Amino acid sequence: MVAHLLRLKLTLLRNSVRRSPWQLVGLGIGVLYALGLVGLAIAGLLVLRGQDAGLAQTVVVLGGAAALLGWAVIPVAAAAADMTLDPARFTTFAVPMPQLLTGLALGGLIGIPGTATALVALGTVGTWSRSLPAAAGALVGAVLGVLSCIVLSKVVTTATAGLASSRRFKDASAVVFLIPLVLMGPIVTGVAEGIAGSGDFLAALARTLSWTPAGAAWSLGGELAVGSYGAAGLKFLIALATLAGLALCWKLLLQRALVTTPYAGTSKKRAGGLGFFRLFPATPAGAVAARSLSYWLRDPRYSGSLVVVPLLPVLFLFQATQTGSYGLLLFVGPLTAFLLAWSISTDVSYDNTAFALHVATGVRGVHDRLGRAVACLVFALPVVVGLSVLPFLFGADWQLLPGVLGLSLGVLFSGVGLSSVVSARYTVAVPLPGDSPFKKPPGNVAQTLAVQFGGMGVLLVLVIPEAALLAAQFVTGSALPGWINVVLGPVLGLALLAAGVRLGGKWLDARGPELLAQLAVNR
Amino acid sequence: MTFQQPGPHAPENQPPPPVPALSLRGLAKRFGGKIAVDGLSLDVPAGSFFGIVGPNGAGKTTTLSMATGLLRPDFGTAFVHGVDVWRQPLEAKKLMGILPDGVRLFDRLTGEQLVTYAGLLRGMDKDVVSGRVAELLAALDLGPDAGTLVVDYSAGMTKKIALASALIHAPRLLVLDEPFESVDPVSAANIRDILDRYVASGGTVIVSSHVMDLVQRMCDHVAVVAAGRLLAAGTVDEVRAGASLEDRFVQLVGGRNHTEGLEWLRTF
Repeated sequence: MVAHLLRLKLTLLRNSVRRSPWQLVGLGIGVLYALGLVGLAIAGLLVLRGQDAGLAQTVVVLGGAAALLGWAVIPVAAAAADMTLDPARFTTFAVPMPQLLTGLALGGLIGIPGTATALVALGTVGTWSRSLPAAAGALVGAVLGVLSCIVLSKVVTTATAGLASSRRFKDASAVVFLIPLVLMGPIVTGVAEGIAGSGDFLAALARTLSWTPAGAAWSLGGELAVGSYGAAGLKFLIALATLAGLALCWKLLLQRALVTTPYAGTSKKRAGGLGFFRLFPATPAGAVAARSLSYWLRDPRYSGSLVVVPLLPVLFLFQATQTGSYGLLLFVGPLTAFLLAWSISTDVSYDNTAFALHVATGVRGVHDRLGRAVACLVFALPVVVGLSVLPFLFGADWQLLPGVLGLSLGVLFSGVGLSSVVSARYTVAVPLPGDSPFKKPPGNVAQTLAVQFGGMGVLLVLVIPEAALLAAQFVTGSALPGWINVVLGPVLGLALLAAGVRLGGKWLDARGPELLAQLAVNR
Repeated sequence: MTFQQPGPHAPENQPPPPVPALSLRGLAKRFGGKIAVDGLSLDVPAGSFFGIVGPNGAGKTTTLSMATGLLRPDFGTAFVHGVDVWRQPLEAKKLMGILPDGVRLFDRLTGEQLVTYAGLLRGMDKDVVSGRVAELLAALDLGPDAGTLVVDYSAGMTKKIALASALIHAPRLLVLDEPFESVDPVSAANIRDILDRYVASGGTVIVSSHVMDLVQRMCDHVAVVAAGRLLAAGTVDEVRAGASLEDRFVQLVGGRNHTEGLEWLRTF
C-alpha cells in the first residue's frame, strides 16, 4: 500500500508536467535553482567538517531548527500546501491508517522541497564524519529530523485545513506573505548584522534548542563527536519522542478531519452595502469603475500590488541609507506610476469568464475602458504625486521637482492609456479568480511574455519626451526643461490616455466575443 | 411585466405576421477538429416556454452562446424579435436576458452589488435598479444573503443571483442555460412561478436542460438537439407523440447501452 501511494505521487508529478512543455521548463528551472541552493548548503556543511566542533554544532542545530520552522510555516503562509496527495481523497478507499500515514509521509519526500531538505540533512553526515559514532549519530539525526519536518508540516496543514480553505484566510495570507518577500533585502541585511554582532548569543540559543524538540535530532552528531554519550542518548530519546508525538497528533487530526467537512465560516449579511456603487455616478462607466475599485480592495491578486506600493519607498529609503546616495530615490514616483498603470493591462484576463457579463449586457467598449482607467487613477494619482514629492523631503534638490512630477504623471497617464489598449486586445496567463497570486497560472506563457515585454517597450517609447526633458534638466542644470515637463507630461499623457481608451473601446466593441473565447480557454 | 406587441403600425383587421422571438439560421461552429454545432436552424415562437434538450456535449451551450452574442458563429446567424444578433448586437442584447452556463461571475461583489452592476451596465436608471434589485432578491429568497460576497454563496444561490442579473432589465426574451442545476426544490418552484407569470404576460423563455420530466411539465415547446443537429422541434405534445418525453428522447437520440456483462455485480 505504501508503495502504491508513492507510485501514485510519482505518476501525479509526471502527469502534471505532461500537460505542457512549459511546465517542464518551469520544473527544470525550479530543480536547477534548488540544486544550486542544495549544493551551496552541502559545500558549507563539508567545510564545517574541518572547523571547531562547537561552531559546527551551532550552525547545524540552528539550520535544522530553521528548516523545521520553514516546513511548518511556509505551506500555510503561502497558501501553497502540496495537496497532490490530499488525505480527503482517500476517505472512500478504506486504507488502513498506519499505512496511509507512512505513505503520505514518505510521499512528502518526493518533490523539490522534500528532496532538497533530505539531501542537505544527509550533508550533516559529512560534517560529522570525524568518527564512526558521530557519523552514525548524524545519519540517525538526519533521518529523524527530516521525518519530523515532513510530519510537522502535515500536522500544521491538517490542523489549519479548515482555516486554510476559508476564503478570508487565503486572501489575507496571500497578501501578508508579500510583505516579507518584498522586504527580503533589508530583512536579510538586518539579520546578518545581528548575527555578526552576537555570536555568543547564537551559540547559547543553539545549546538551548538542542535540548528541545526543535533541535534535538540535529544535535546527535555533534554530541557524539565530542564524546558526550549520555547527552546524545537523552537527545535521541527527545528526537524520537518528538517524531512519535507529531505522528500521533497527525493521526488524531486526520481521523477527525476525514469525518468532518471543512466549515465555511461565513456570516449572512443583509442588503444595504452598495459600497463604491453609491459613490460613483450611476452610469455604465461609473459602475465599471465601482466594480473595479471593489476588486482592488477585495481580490488578493489586485490588493497584493496595493501592499507592495507603500513598501517601495521603504526599499528605496533603505537602499539610500545603505549607500548614502539619494539618487535612486528620485525615481520612486515614476516607478510607482509605471507599476500601477501597467497593473491594469491584465484587467480582462483577471476577470476571466466573468467578462461574459460585459459582453451579454452590450456595455460600450469605451465605457468599459474608461471605468477601469478611472478606478486605477482614483488612488494611483494621489499616491504617485505623493511619492514624487517624497524624495525632496529627504533633501533632494527642489529644483528637480517639476521635472520629476512631469515624468511621473506622464508615465501614469500614458501607461493607463496603453494598458487600456493592451487588455482589450490580448489575454495573458494570470492566476485564476480565487487562486493565490503566487499560484502558477495556466495558459500560454509565450504570449504572456511577449505581451508584457512588448507593452513595456512601447510604454518606454511613449514617455521618451518626458524622460528626455528630465535628462536635459540633469545635464544643463537649467530649471526651464523641468517647468516644460510639468506641463507637457500631464498634457501628453492625458492625450494618450484618451486615445488609448477610445482605441481599446473600439477593439472591445469589435472583438468582445473573440476576447471572451480566449478567456474561456484558461478557465 | 407587460410588453409592447411588435408592429404597432400593422392594420387592425389583419393579424401581423408573427415574428419569432428567436430565430436561428444555419448556425455552425467548429472547435479545432470537432464540429460542435452543425448548421442548426430553429424558430422559437414569441410567448412560448421553450425547452432545448439534448445529451451531454450535444452543442446546447454552444448554440445558445451563438444565439445570444457571446460566441461568434462560423456560419449562420440569429435574430431576436427580428433583430440580427451579429449585425446589431447592441439592439439585440437589449431585448435579451441571458443566464450562461459555465462562466464565472464577478464574485467578489455582494449579491446585491452584482445585480445592481448588471442593471447599471445596461444603462438603467439608478432608482429603477435599486427598486428592482430589492424585489428580485426577495422573490428569489436571497434577501438574507444580499450583503454576502457571491464567492461565499452555494452553487444554487450562485445560479439564482445570476438569474436575477439576467432579469433586471425586463427583457422580452430570456435565455437560460441549465437554470435549475443545483437549485433546491423550493427555490426551483419559486423560479418556475416567476417564469410562468413572465410567459403569461407575453415574454418568451428558452431553457436548456437534460431533465426531461422538468421540461415536459414546464415547457409548451421543445427542441431535441444531438451532435450539433436539430432532431425534432415543435410543441411538447407533437414531439413526444404520445410517449413520455424521456422515452421519445432516448428513441430519437439513441445510444442506449444494452450490453450484457457486469454479472459479477449481482454476485456480491
